Amino acid sequence: MSNKADVVIVGGGIIGCSIAYYLAKKEKSVIVLEGSDHIGDGGSSRNGGGVRQSGRDPRELPLVMYGIKHLWPKLSEELEVDCEYHQDGNLRLGKTEKHRQILEGLTERAKKVGLDVRMIDGDEVRKINPYLSEEVTCASWCPTDGHANPLTTTLGYYKMARRMGVRFITGEKAIELKKVKGKLSKVVTENNVYEGDTIVVAAGYHSRELVSTVGIDIPMVQNMIECLVTEAEPHMFDQMLGTAEADFYGHQTKHGSFVFGGTSGFEGVSKDNGTPICNSLTASCECRGIMKYFPALADAKIVRTWSGWVDMMVDGVPVLGFVDEVPGLVLAAGFCGHGFGIAPGAAYNIAELITTGASPVDMTALRYDRFKAKI
Amino acid sequence: MHSVNDRSRDIGEFVPQPDDDMLICRCEEITKGEIRKAVHDGMWTLTEIRRYLRTGMGLCQGQTCSKLVKGIVARELGVSPAELEPATSRAPMRPTEMRILANEVED
Repeated sequence: MSNKADVVIVGGGIIGCSIAYYLAKKEKSVIVLEGSDHIGDGGSSRNGGGVRQSGRDPRELPLVMYGIKHLWPKLSEELEVDCEYHQDGNLRLGKTEKHRQILEGLTERAKKVGLDVRMIDGDEVRKINPYLSEEVTCASWCPTDGHANPLTTTLGYYKMARRMGVRFITGEKAIELKKVKGKLSKVVTENNVYEGDTIVVAAGYHSRELVSTVGIDIPMVQNMIECLVTEAEPHMFDQMLGTAEADFYGHQTKHGSFVFGGTSGFEGVSKDNGTPICNSLTASCECRGIMKYFPALADAKIVRTWSGWVDMMVDGVPVLGFVDEVPGLVLAAGFCGHGFGIAPGAAYNIAELITTGASPVDMTALRYDRFKAKI
Repeated sequence: MHSVNDRSRDIGEFVPQPDDDMLICRCEEITKGEIRKAVHDGMWTLTEIRRYLRTGMGLCQGQTCSKLVKGIVARELGVSPAELEPATSRAPMRPTEMRILANEVED
């Protein structure tokens, strides 16, 4: 089989799979190279499932708003898989005056970009979700936010792109990019060489090392975060939840289980032996955090815990689009742990950018050339 | 492992079998036919099968069905079961109530 295609995508997570899908719809030939053995093995399968606009940086907000308006509502039908998309709102909870200030700041900035989000008090919070404890005194409420199933959505994009002729190769780790006559056109892996008119790098944190082979540097670090899931419980609520303090987030899935993510305070110094491994302190700490918000869940059984890497950019938003220094290169990385909900909107716009030279949503503020020293 | 795996390799068409409605994952009620169809949808590793269908994600966490799933996927792909890595086992070993898991420090 030929190792040439119109577009070669490095990274088989939800970003790579969804870009491949939207390019295939535009009749581009595509090869996707995934370094690990599994499609969607990074953050795509390890996140909390939020499809959220509130709480986002105004530079990336229009992309997720685009996806929620145009793509998410029909995604299950389109991908022939149950994405379990729920649009029942997001509550970002606060308990203290400091939390209220954080939430008010986020709310004001999002309103300026045109998002329907507002502050509500503790009683209103409990009208929306009666299971929340009296400790909750305020929240930001965005009724058009929601959640979905990251596993079926990621693998749904893969399944459909593959069905449309995209060639996916796993266990094929890219180690070098090569220019020919000043234009990027080759991806060298441990075993093979692939060629494309456009090379998309959507490899999370690994993107940094890979693009350094053509002389550019993405200012990002890698952080580990952790999640847990309960056994199936009777239906309680449909909102996506987060907190001002970012001590936990999560939702109840269609299956009935609760998926929660949270932190222990040791995130920045986690051990790195090449695979993310849960810290023994975190799940217990998360449970204490969750029970303060939801006393009714104290008897819910935890069946599984896991962890994953976040590709954390210096300024908290991804790097997207063409790079002036390296013609032929498109970056789609650094989603900072909130890449799932934004993936359809971002991928659609990147596919449009590659095929037409322009995207419906202006992504200029997310380009690689935004990084400047502080003085 | 990290062996190159071209997901466009031809594994043939999905052919229905008389026992396709047999339950394989009892916790999540996933049938043999669903597992076989998922392989034809491109789910070629036990990790992908698990994430796509929820096999082994229920109360027993795959302690009952993972060997059966492995055999079915291997047969569908035409490879030896030994070539398929098991999905990752994850803590806790037994389902544990939040209030118990949370109780490892004093108030």
